[in-house]
Amino acid sequence: MITRSKSRSRFVPLFYIIFLMLPIYWLLNMSFKTTNEILGGFSLYPHQFTLDSYRKILTDPTWYMGYVNSLTYVLINTVLSVSVALPAAYAFSRYRFLGDKHLFFWLLSNRMAPPAVFVLPFFQLYSAVGLFDTPWAVAFSHTLFNVPLAVWILEGFMGGVPKALDETAFVDGYSFPHFFFRIFIPTIAAGIGVACFFCFMFSWVELLLAKNLTSVAAKPIAAVMTKTASASGYELGLLAAAGSLTLIPGAIVIYFVRNYIAKGFALGRV
Amino acid sequence: MSSKTVNQKAWFLVLPVFLMVAFNALIPLMTVVNYSVQETFGDNVFTWAGVHWFQEVMHSERFHSALLRNILFSAIVLTIEIPLGLAIALTMPRKGPWVSVCLVLMSLPLLIPWNVVGSMWNIMALPDIGLLGKAINSLGINYNYTRQPVAAWFTIVLMDIWHWTSLVVLLCYAGLVSIPDAYYQAAKVDGAKRLAIFRYIQLPKLKHVLTIAVLLRFMDSFMIYTEAQVMTGGGPGNSTTFLSIDLVKTAIGQFDLGPAAAMSLIYFLIILFVSWLFYTLMMKNEEN
Repeated sequence: MITRSKSRSRFVPLFYIIFLMLPIYWLLNMSFKTTNEILGGFSLYPHQFTLDSYRKILTDPTWYMGYVNSLTYVLINTVLSVSVALPAAYAFSRYRFLGDKHLFFWLLSNRMAPPAVFVLPFFQLYSAVGLFDTPWAVAFSHTLFNVPLAVWILEGFMGGVPKALDETAFVDGYSFPHFFFRIFIPTIAAGIGVACFFCFMFSWVELLLAKNLTSVAAKPIAAVMTKTASASGYELGLLAAAGSLTLIPGAIVIYFVRNYIAKGFALGRV
Repeated sequence: MSSKTVNQKAWFLVLPVFLMVAFNALIPLMTVVNYSVQETFGDNVFTWAGVHWFQEVMHSERFHSALLRNILFSAIVLTIEIPLGLAIALTMPRKGPWVSVCLVLMSLPLLIPWNVVGSMWNIMALPDIGLLGKAINSLGINYNYTRQPVAAWFTIVLMDIWHWTSLVVLLCYAGLVSIPDAYYQAAKVDGAKRLAIFRYIQLPKLKHVLTIAVLLRFMDSFMIYTEAQVMTGGGPGNSTTFLSIDLVKTAIGQFDLGPAAAMSLIYFLIILFVSWLFYTLMMKNEEN
């Protein structure tokens, strides 16, 4: 009895994964169809297989520059967020100081701020400092929620490193910078990887701020897509192909952190 | 917690983060506060309006219904995703080659840009050529998410389950693998039933990650904008106009700065209050 119910329960993750893959399959399916076939009616797989949509995206600069722009601000944001979060996370995990708990919650509260609240003020702020329509504006605005997250994750991972490591190093006469960069950072490399992964993820998936802080020069792929969807009727094939291509960066970064992904999602705290 | 040493110099380490977040959060927030208490007729002329906008928003039917929709949405999504995620995590393999495959495939939806998630489900739910829409209609149920509010809600909730249940799965899974094998062996020796193992060994260990899951899912579902905006645009009618959608419409579409700012502050304070409750709960757990 027990073994039978156990073997049956094994199918639960399988069904779940099938459920997850269906919309992705449907997107890929649409991206390989010709417009005529899409409008012609329902079909489970492309009968007239074509790569036209992909060819258009990869040869038209308004399309492929969208990917370049998106990846640019995502990378700037990731580097920026993690490098300022590292020393702060160390301070929170090792020391008590005036107002530490309040500061920590205040940081976290920014992760709770709805981007919709910040759209207009950010637009005005970054226009005022001359960063509007540059990848920097988007990268900075995304630090609003990524820096708190990076601090939170890194603090969790650092909490797992025994304090004895720091104390031994200082007794051995290492200076703080030497200890921090040469010993401590390599020790929590996995945590840094996970923090980078999350910064990448939340910056990559965000649209509202990215769209409203750019107009032409730094327009992200997501904004190019929404404009196409509304402007030129309904080019579903093209939209599906553009969507399918946005899956690739995500799939690559997941592959890199696959062994730490579960612990990372628990913010380093299990 | 108690092993930390008091060191005020630690402030220097926190300073870069402090300055960055202050620039990014305090200046915009002050702008919002500024707008919320003033009236403008354009040309950068502002006059004091006091709490007028707050009163207006608090009494507006539109705000109430958007807020109710948000609460309903978060409630539905949490009641489905948390138990479902937990159930999937419990049935996942703990060892072997399938673990990585499961984890990678399950995380995939989390890394898809939110507008693509919206478009994807849009295509999926089209009544004539979408897989889901076609399937439901061929069962004899009349389904069209651009015309029927119930269908629109069903599609958005299903989309959110598709998009975010994996987060709960991964969190619970991380909690489960951290339980040492010795616990299970002890339970086996005692002849504990499956339910008892769950109740007395797994659930206590999962309390912490489940709190994080509820916190994150509450925050993000309460802020939902892009997926719903791309999918339904707030329609049909106003049936899926959530707070964020309404706020962006007011602030950028109609440029009603005062009401938008007052609404922003009320919205933010609600999220902040609920999240603070969860956070306090979580920190209590962590200290024990």
